Amino acid sequence: MTGFVSLFRRLEGPQTLGRGPAFWALFALVLAGALAYPLFSDGYTVGNTVYFFVWVFIALSLSLIWGYGGSLSFGQTAFFGIAGYGYGILTINFGASYGFTWIALLLAIGMAALVAALLGYFMFFGRIAGVFLGIVTLAVTLMLERFMAQTAGPEWRIGAARLNGFNGMSAMPPLTIPWFGGPIVLFADVGLYYVVLAMLVLVYLGLRILMNSSFGNVIVAIRENPERAEMLGYDIRKYQLITFVIGAALAGLSGVLYTVWGQYITPSSMGMTAASLPLIWVAVGGRSDLTATITGTLVVLSGFQALTIYGSQYALVFMGVLLVLTVLIAPNGLVLGVINWITKLVTRRKQEAA
Amino acid sequence: MDIATLAFSALYQFGDAFAFLVLSACGLAVIFGMMGVINLAHGEFIMCGAYVTAATVHAGLPLPLGILCGTLASAFVGVLVELLVIRHLYDRPLDTIVATWGLSLIATQGTLILVGSTMAGVGTPFGSFQVGAYSYSIYRIVLFVAALAVLAALYALFNWTRFGVLARATIQVPHMAAALGVDTRLIYSLTFACGAGLAGLAGGLYAPTMTLVPTMGATFIMEAFVTVVIGGADVFLGTAPAGGILAIVKSGMTSWQGQLFGQIGLLIAVIIVVRVLPKGISGFVLRERT
Repeated sequence: MTGFVSLFRRLEGPQTLGRGPAFWALFALVLAGALAYPLFSDGYTVGNTVYFFVWVFIALSLSLIWGYGGSLSFGQTAFFGIAGYGYGILTINFGASYGFTWIALLLAIGMAALVAALLGYFMFFGRIAGVFLGIVTLAVTLMLERFMAQTAGPEWRIGAARLNGFNGMSAMPPLTIPWFGGPIVLFADVGLYYVVLAMLVLVYLGLRILMNSSFGNVIVAIRENPERAEMLGYDIRKYQLITFVIGAALAGLSGVLYTVWGQYITPSSMGMTAASLPLIWVAVGGRSDLTATITGTLVVLSGFQALTIYGSQYALVFMGVLLVLTVLIAPNGLVLGVINWITKLVTRRKQEAA
Repeated sequence: MDIATLAFSALYQFGDAFAFLVLSACGLAVIFGMMGVINLAHGEFIMCGAYVTAATVHAGLPLPLGILCGTLASAFVGVLVELLVIRHLYDRPLDTIVATWGLSLIATQGTLILVGSTMAGVGTPFGSFQVGAYSYSIYRIVLFVAALAVLAALYALFNWTRFGVLARATIQVPHMAAALGVDTRLIYSLTFACGAGLAGLAGGLYAPTMTLVPTMGATFIMEAFVTVVIGGADVFLGTAPAGGILAIVKSGMTSWQGQLFGQIGLLIAVIIVVRVLPKGISGFVLRERT
């Protein structure tokens, strides 16, 4: 019981913004709003919001690895793609009955995590850090995209699932909950919305607990000064590898949900442009905090979509400019900068009042 | 087919792979080795060089002059980029990667909007010659010679000129160099321009051999990065031998299983080398020497 309580206490801590009744009241308010949202909206808009939520997981994974862990990984979209393809291959071969889609979801995430463990072993135990880590992960991602793009021929099939080269896979079944009186199929509207929202809240709170636990503190210590962390007796390679695998699993979850949402996955979801987008959301939001990352991701994504109406080419140029300017002017991220500024203002008010 | 033609074919493929790896990597290697900056917009500098080369050739210039224009244009853009962005990020190497990625996004999409989805190419000059049953492109031989020439020129530049001495001093101990009156900012600018120019040169040289599309930089970037990672920070002790080793891997795997497996071979090579020699070949050589 006390262990349970102390777990909840870890929801607040030095590694995450937001504490006290005011923050949690706001959290409850936002959550209530999110729960009530489908009642005031149409199916298409709700489906679109699910699309935004799907990307938040990969953004969180990047925040974990890059923002908290300090190692810049360009490979998140690779894990995204592996899990997406994995889900497609599994469900096309074994169908969706008996709740198999959920097993496929877990297996697909497991695949991404396994690849990450293998790659991470070579990188972290080879003491690759900094820019080299970025390059190796980027090379893996681009390689995977090229590999999937050339699987057009009929010889590229796994069981009943054809990989279909550049056009990608499609027509995999959506997530299905087995239920009395017929299974509930979660198409990309209200049903999927609540499931993804629940996952998002769980992952968010879970990551808060993780980052404020001793594990999270060690991760941040490694970011701040790897040598010092090592001198204090921590095997930093293990910690980095575990963070990398958790991040890959989150990116994988994103990939599976993306596949479920649109019922397709293509190699270009692992390409250069696709790999840069999560980076932009996380950098603009504020990579070293979970809340800032989520806020930034949702804001930038909706902004991006609004711009796309005027032409997606211009929207991408704008994203590039946004990224460069953020790095130059607000290296910690715009959302995080604004939050820090408000906190400073509030504390100053309090001090003046006291 | 007798042994001689077989050997020639293998040698030709090796030369082709070597030229591609060295030419696409040396610009990146100069910038990384001298400044510790990874330039993710490297592919876009190559694209810039190729586009300018093609444009000037279409305007009536001969190809060598066109390539020169492409090189200079890339170098000029490099100076601008260094002044506007890179200069402010020297103490944050990870952020440089992110910022140059943003630049690459802007450049790719900007080119797509301004020039369109493709540009008319330039014909491959010189034709071909016959050895045994196969015909080979003479231009590929020219590219191999060009790669060797670039390595030689870089060696001369960094060892025998005043700029080279100042640049190496700036890399070794920046503050000391500055204290001795070296304008380190200028040196960094020039080094970055040099790297960008080399990328442009690679683009110009390869412009006659490939289709010109805004995303063409991506075809170079993986090979370039792999070569630099395996080579390590030194252009001569690293990039050249890494290019040689990887060319064997790539041409061997390619003739065995096809182009894609050539690239997969590169990737596996990089992951293994990175595990065994984290600082690359040049790091290994330098450690052995001291």
